Amino acid sequence: MFAFIIRRAFQAIGVLLAVGIISFAMFRFAGDPVNQIVSLDTPAAEREQVRRSLGLDDPVPVQFARYLSSAVRGEFGVSYQFRQPVSDLLAERMPATLELALCATLFAIGFGVLMGVYSGLKRDSFLAKVFQTVSLIGISLPTFLIGILLIYLFSVILGWLPSYGRGDTVRIGWWTTGFLTTSGLKALIMPSITLGLFQMTLIMRIVRAEMLEVLRTDYIKFARARGLTTRAIHFGHALKNTLVPVITIVGLQFGSVIAFAIITETVFQWPGMGLLFVQAVQNVDIPIMAAYLMLVALIFVVINLAVDILYTVVDPRLRTSIRQPA
Amino acid sequence: MTMRSKFLAATVATLMTGAALPAMAVTLRYANQGDLKSLDPYTLNETTTIAHHGHVYEGLTKRGKDLKIEPGLAERWEISEDGLTWRLFLRKNVKFHNGNPFNADDVIFSATRVRAQGSNFQTRVPSGSEWVKVDDYTVDVKLKTPNPIMNAQWDTWYIMDKEWSEANNSVQPTPAAATTPSYASLNANGTGPFKIESHQPGVKTVFKPNKDWWGKAEHNLDEIVFTPIASDATRVAALLSGEVDVIEPVPLQDVQRVNSSANAKVQAGPELRTIFLGFDQTRDELLFSNVKGKNPFKDKRVREAFYKAIDIETIKSRVMRGMATPSALMIAPQLFAHSKDFERPKYDVEAAKKLLADAGYPNGFEVGMDCPNDRYVNDEAICQAVVGMLARVGVKVNLMAQPKAQYFAKVLKSGNYNTSFYLLGWTPGTFDSHNVLFDIQGCRDNPQSSRGESNLGNYCNKKHDELTDKILVESNKEKRDQMIKEAFKISTEDYAYIPLHQQALAWGVSNKVSLVQRADNQVLLYWAQKKE
Repeated sequence: MFAFIIRRAFQAIGVLLAVGIISFAMFRFAGDPVNQIVSLDTPAAEREQVRRSLGLDDPVPVQFARYLSSAVRGEFGVSYQFRQPVSDLLAERMPATLELALCATLFAIGFGVLMGVYSGLKRDSFLAKVFQTVSLIGISLPTFLIGILLIYLFSVILGWLPSYGRGDTVRIGWWTTGFLTTSGLKALIMPSITLGLFQMTLIMRIVRAEMLEVLRTDYIKFARARGLTTRAIHFGHALKNTLVPVITIVGLQFGSVIAFAIITETVFQWPGMGLLFVQAVQNVDIPIMAAYLMLVALIFVVINLAVDILYTVVDPRLRTSIRQPA
Repeated sequence: MTMRSKFLAATVATLMTGAALPAMAVTLRYANQGDLKSLDPYTLNETTTIAHHGHVYEGLTKRGKDLKIEPGLAERWEISEDGLTWRLFLRKNVKFHNGNPFNADDVIFSATRVRAQGSNFQTRVPSGSEWVKVDDYTVDVKLKTPNPIMNAQWDTWYIMDKEWSEANNSVQPTPAAATTPSYASLNANGTGPFKIESHQPGVKTVFKPNKDWWGKAEHNLDEIVFTPIASDATRVAALLSGEVDVIEPVPLQDVQRVNSSANAKVQAGPELRTIFLGFDQTRDELLFSNVKGKNPFKDKRVREAFYKAIDIETIKSRVMRGMATPSALMIAPQLFAHSKDFERPKYDVEAAKKLLADAGYPNGFEVGMDCPNDRYVNDEAICQAVVGMLARVGVKVNLMAQPKAQYFAKVLKSGNYNTSFYLLGWTPGTFDSHNVLFDIQGCRDNPQSSRGESNLGNYCNKKHDELTDKILVESNKEKRDQMIKEAFKISTEDYAYIPLHQQALAWGVSNKVSLVQRADNQVLLYWAQKKE
């Protein structure tokens, strides 16, 4: 087990290094940061000063070495736009993104499982067909469109929910939370639905398919023969067994929920890391871009590692094969 | 949720709403596409940022609702006979937000700081000028050469407190490559009508009125809450739903919808920025063209043909939906009194074809065009229209529209002026023609000088440049205006550029709010009134 984790950790370092190299290579094409830092009528001499002070006039290999060495130390420098350390900016924005990702995932699991179970059990009913249609919309409509539609319906026409931002937040230590205020909770609704819709449809489809599969198995037939109540069969036996793949999916998708939050955050002006990243791309703010990409890569790597380890806990067959490597 | 956390949540929520909304407070909520990135007033010379700072900081001069120069922290100024000494008389009994008195030391400190390395406002104060304290409220400025428009940009050169800056390790302007966060970029201490209550960069900034301000407040606000909302659709939705009172800008396609809503309207007006097309007139062979061995744009007839091929009225009505003022000059009419004397050459396809034929291109030619797609109002659409119009006279334009980050990296000096034909916008920072004549129309031939650095195609006419130099030091206004007119006549007759239009400002304003709209596009809420 220990050797397995060590091996995976080395692979993770390789992945992070690759992301670092690729992202550094991409920054060459993002544009010239100096133009974004100074105004259009800035004299060339002043521009050169800025370029020098940012170290952008050094040869590319020197810049790359500097970038790598500071990345290894977890230092991503100071944002060109905000003149603040990138680590501070990310720490400040992280609670917003994580709360949004959490709510979106809970929404996806809650509704996805309910709708999946229902349409698995009563697959010819009218409601099941409605669910199927909704899931088709969820999968095919792009996120930003759903967000804008929701804003127009619930903010502009009905005036129920705020169209942008996080509402009032409460600071607990370094963490800011929107869970403790009415406006904060209201502000979470639409972004969570927008972000979670795709995951919800995915979960719903998996649960439905699994339910249909499980309901045909022998042990369900035997359970029926034993005279158990339908309720006990469906929720005690069938649902429990459908949840194994669901947990896997949810775990793996949590990373992409955070990564996909970029679009949702832009639409709702949600002050999270994704919005910070989009603004950084527009302004060629390389320190933020670099740190964000590395952070997202790290999140993916950690989640994958955790899922792998959990597998071995859940599935005894994997455990044996790891203990006795071929 | 357990009982206890429910109780906690309810208490916190009550406290929050209680604290945030004192009875009858007038809060104005304002959303802009752009951001307030640094509070240091010498970091970024950009309209939205400057306008925000203008609520908190003040310059020696101000500009009024009609952009006229008015006394600010300097009550008056005198210029010596030879034009080499300016004596500034400072306003007395002015206090910074922290209570420090404002005096001559602060002015001299600011004059040094604004010229220091890392400042983006170095040109606000002539580099060789000497600032001498006469007494606590009098400062002499000694110049090397006369400069009648020295104070033209002082309204956005904001005066900082010497003691505060020294105490907070902010004597140097926050440089672009700060390795440590600067205090002045997160905190502000000005003399202006508003104070900054809280500032979260990129998220929210709250302004409160400065009760001890020396002037008389012309607003009725108790609070301004600023939020950047980058997404166009969201910003418009926030205005329509009444969550914000003012947005800037309203995208052209949403003007109609805002105007037809019950909550808000669009306040529109001409802006000072001129959008224009430029040609590479310096290379012997164009970088992006099928004409080899020569540069067609060196021939005045080709430039004239391009000019006449462009149907500006169609661009105005179709692309800009009426929200533009076609321009015959490279400067907005508000900034130059004699603009009326200039007229655009008529749109004339036949004449354009003939000119091209005379120049030796009866079948036209191919040329690449560079265009930003996220910088100016409908910039890419304008370029597409130009492509279509030039096709009618036989010129095939290969359009390359890019985000501004890539576009500017390619076409500006740092990218070695890597373009043949381009679209650009320019507002003279000084609000004066000299800036256009020098930066945009001046010859690029002296590498020591910053003349013509933004003249991407290097239009060059020595007579024009001689006039420009005279204009800089001429202090008789009428004579100066005549010389400016002459210079513009030279460049217009040379078809140096194709000026297109001044785009319109479009602010979305709630029906409860009345604002003063200045042509420089600064949203200045110290003139705002809000009804509850």
